[in-house]
Amino acid sequence: MSASAEIRQTFFQECDELLEALDDGLYEIDQGVADGEVDAETVNAVFRSVHSIKGGAAAFGLDDLVHFAHQFETVLDVMRDGQLVPNEDVMKVCHRAADHLSDLVAAGRDERVLEGSTGADLIKKLSEIGGREATTGSSEQQSVDAGVSFQPLGLSLPMDFTFEEPAENDFSIQLIPSASLYSSGNDVSFLLRELIELGEVKVSVDTSELPDFDEMDCSDAYFKWSIDLRTTEAASSVRDVFEFVDGMCELDVTSREPSAKPSGETEEEDDDGPPALPLLNGASEPDAVEPPRQQSGRSEGKDKTGAQSGPKATVRVNLDLVDRLINMVGELVINQAVLTQCIDDAGLLDRGDLATSLAEFKNLARDIQESVMAIRAQSVKPLFQRMARIVREAAELSGKDADFQTEEETTEVDKTIIERLVDPLTHMIRNAVDHGLESRDDRIAAGKPDQGTIMLSAAHRSGRVLIEVSDDGAGINRPKVLKIATEKGLVSPDAQLKDSEIDNLLFMPGFSTADKVSNLSGRGVGMDVVKSAIQKLGGRVNIQSTPGKGTTMSISLPLTLAVLDGMVVDVAGQTMVVPITAIVETLRPKAGDIHRLGAETSVVSVRNNLVPIIDLGVVFGHRSQPMAISDMVLLLVESDNGTSWALAVDQIFDQRQVVIKGLETNYGHVPGVAAATILGDGNIALIIDPEETAHRNGPVIDQRDLALFDEVS
Amino acid sequence: MSDPAVSNNSLRELVTFRVGDQDFCIDIMMVREIRGWTPATLLPHAPSYVLGVINLRGSVVPIVDLAARLGLAPSVPDPRHVIVIAVVGTQTVGFLVNAVSDIMGIDQADVQPTPDVTSEVTRAFIEGVIVTDERMLRVIDIKTVLPKCMESEDAQ
Repeated sequence: MSASAEIRQTFFQECDELLEALDDGLYEIDQGVADGEVDAETVNAVFRSVHSIKGGAAAFGLDDLVHFAHQFETVLDVMRDGQLVPNEDVMKVCHRAADHLSDLVAAGRDERVLEGSTGADLIKKLSEIGGREATTGSSEQQSVDAGVSFQPLGLSLPMDFTFEEPAENDFSIQLIPSASLYSSGNDVSFLLRELIELGEVKVSVDTSELPDFDEMDCSDAYFKWSIDLRTTEAASSVRDVFEFVDGMCELDVTSREPSAKPSGETEEEDDDGPPALPLLNGASEPDAVEPPRQQSGRSEGKDKTGAQSGPKATVRVNLDLVDRLINMVGELVINQAVLTQCIDDAGLLDRGDLATSLAEFKNLARDIQESVMAIRAQSVKPLFQRMARIVREAAELSGKDADFQTEEETTEVDKTIIERLVDPLTHMIRNAVDHGLESRDDRIAAGKPDQGTIMLSAAHRSGRVLIEVSDDGAGINRPKVLKIATEKGLVSPDAQLKDSEIDNLLFMPGFSTADKVSNLSGRGVGMDVVKSAIQKLGGRVNIQSTPGKGTTMSISLPLTLAVLDGMVVDVAGQTMVVPITAIVETLRPKAGDIHRLGAETSVVSVRNNLVPIIDLGVVFGHRSQPMAISDMVLLLVESDNGTSWALAVDQIFDQRQVVIKGLETNYGHVPGVAAATILGDGNIALIIDPEETAHRNGPVIDQRDLALFDEVS
Repeated sequence: MSDPAVSNNSLRELVTFRVGDQDFCIDIMMVREIRGWTPATLLPHAPSYVLGVINLRGSVVPIVDLAARLGLAPSVPDPRHVIVIAVVGTQTVGFLVNAVSDIMGIDQADVQPTPDVTSEVTRAFIEGVIVTDERMLRVIDIKTVLPKCMESEDAQ
């Protein structure tokens, strides 16, 4: 990767963080609006995020992004000056602007151009907010404390351009770099060169601070620069030169008596204000007339508080490196198991000291494994933030008013899982807004608040992650679902289905309850796609609905894709692993509980439920003749739609955590097998995919048959 | 074969081994290591020539019985058999052979086209033959003897 590509990548990584901070900030302001008190520091933080994105984008020539960020920044600037009081309408626009900003960042990353008029619309809205409030604000401001200069902000920038372009301005620039300017890779000479491009430059340097050679710290900064610049460019362009050294130097840009200046707004400002008009950072606080030294001191202080409230220190590491580490730690754990077994075989395990250190080694290996896994774990917060946006968009498109709430968004899950959750979760959220929530009129008629609520929560639940999407809508219209399913031939007309079975019909392929195909959902790819995506991650989807109260869909996921808890079983002499999460119970059947059904299939009666039996040995071809089921152990397995069946194995060896090894890289997919793992003795055992085993090879059991079973039993 | 080694100079090094009662060879650049036979874990629904998978330092590597794959009588693996671990692209695959004979340098010009035998299997798998003093070496086109990905075979 070339250096510039690397820098570019870093920029976009930073953008992600900044966008996250931006979203956070906006939500805090939302809270503030609700509580009637907005923290100025939050507005500042939001402003800084947008400003940093703009700054970086300018360096990469992402003009659209810069332009939009600038408009957004202008509004935020007005807001942080207290001239624009954020209210719900303003925040709505801000949220949408933040969404659009992240779109632009994504477009910039993929080097494509964003189509559509969203940007233009938003820019218009932003300038309406910023402009209107700014003018009213400014008159108030001036009447309150007259005599203090007020500059109508960057918003008047386009005007500045038209007014100032033909004229020449003289700027006097005082630049006192701090050591951090140099240590961050900047150099005064670069800045000077950029200034030279703007116009005529006279530079003088004050070296009086320079100590004797012996006392000199070569990493410190001692020079003070005075620059006289004559340029046709606007003050903002001069300011832009110093954009990247913001906070790393004391900067004072003064517009001096212009050589030939047309009457215009800028002149008024000059007349109003004292001669020193600090332009750094778009700073236009009413108290900006302080001496420059103090001002920079204050802005440094601001940065410090920003850092304190910011995220913890992190290191960016290539994911491949982490994966390699995880792999190697997996090896270590396997190796430890092999070693233990060897020592046991040699009959040395009863020696106390050896056993103790071996146990210690085992614990250490586990600890390392857990810590390494934790590296891959990420909080679901960015995912949830994305969903907030989906709710906003979906609500807008469907003309409903939806409030989005999250719970426990700091819950950490494996990075890959988070990435692969985006699509299914998006779909579920859209569904919740589009189908789940009723229209405003219906809600009012039902005596509910007219604003619907979508709640997204995450939690750790017994070694798994539980993510729930709930709405307070009308709940699933079961008669309608059943009717549609019957019409589409998904269930037979005379089937008697339980409520939960009807709810689960939503997950059947080709099911869509929307009367009209909307832009949001109901495009034929429905909840079945969601379900299969979640299942691929080793997860399960469940749906619960109370008529009139709402619907909750819960996703249960493994914490990581690298290990799973498995039951080690013997299948006709082959050692195999069944994921424990799939197993409901294990049982040793009595001969009387087993009934033959048809030529080759048997069912077992479990508490008056008849459950089909699948002999894994036969399914995998390890045994040609079925063994007597009564000699075997049955693992009762349940799928998400409530279907259950029993896997027959010869015996159960053990229950342990196994490291998942893919078969796909070197071989390919094996039906009924999810992956492989390496056992303590170094041999490979295949991990069974119970769902696939049943569907591919077992007796075909569907809802209808099960319903019949229920009737029979 | 379009190996860089071939195009740079016409000399190529081959690992020769015995399968059944015939001598075969593959390019040494393909071979990652040679190890003794260890029992493999059976793969369900696999073609008969796939003996299963073994643990190669943490990787799951499928083992192909080369004899069965080439249409000869299937081997009955015992500890004297040898597994040649080959890397083809991103795939690592082990081949069960009777014994590895030696490594020899061959001028590419010495590789003769496969004689026009009738067996489809032979012609598909053999890239060419090399005749040395007393024996004939069959150069295997390793890409063709890889186990077919189950997914494509099983596509419904």
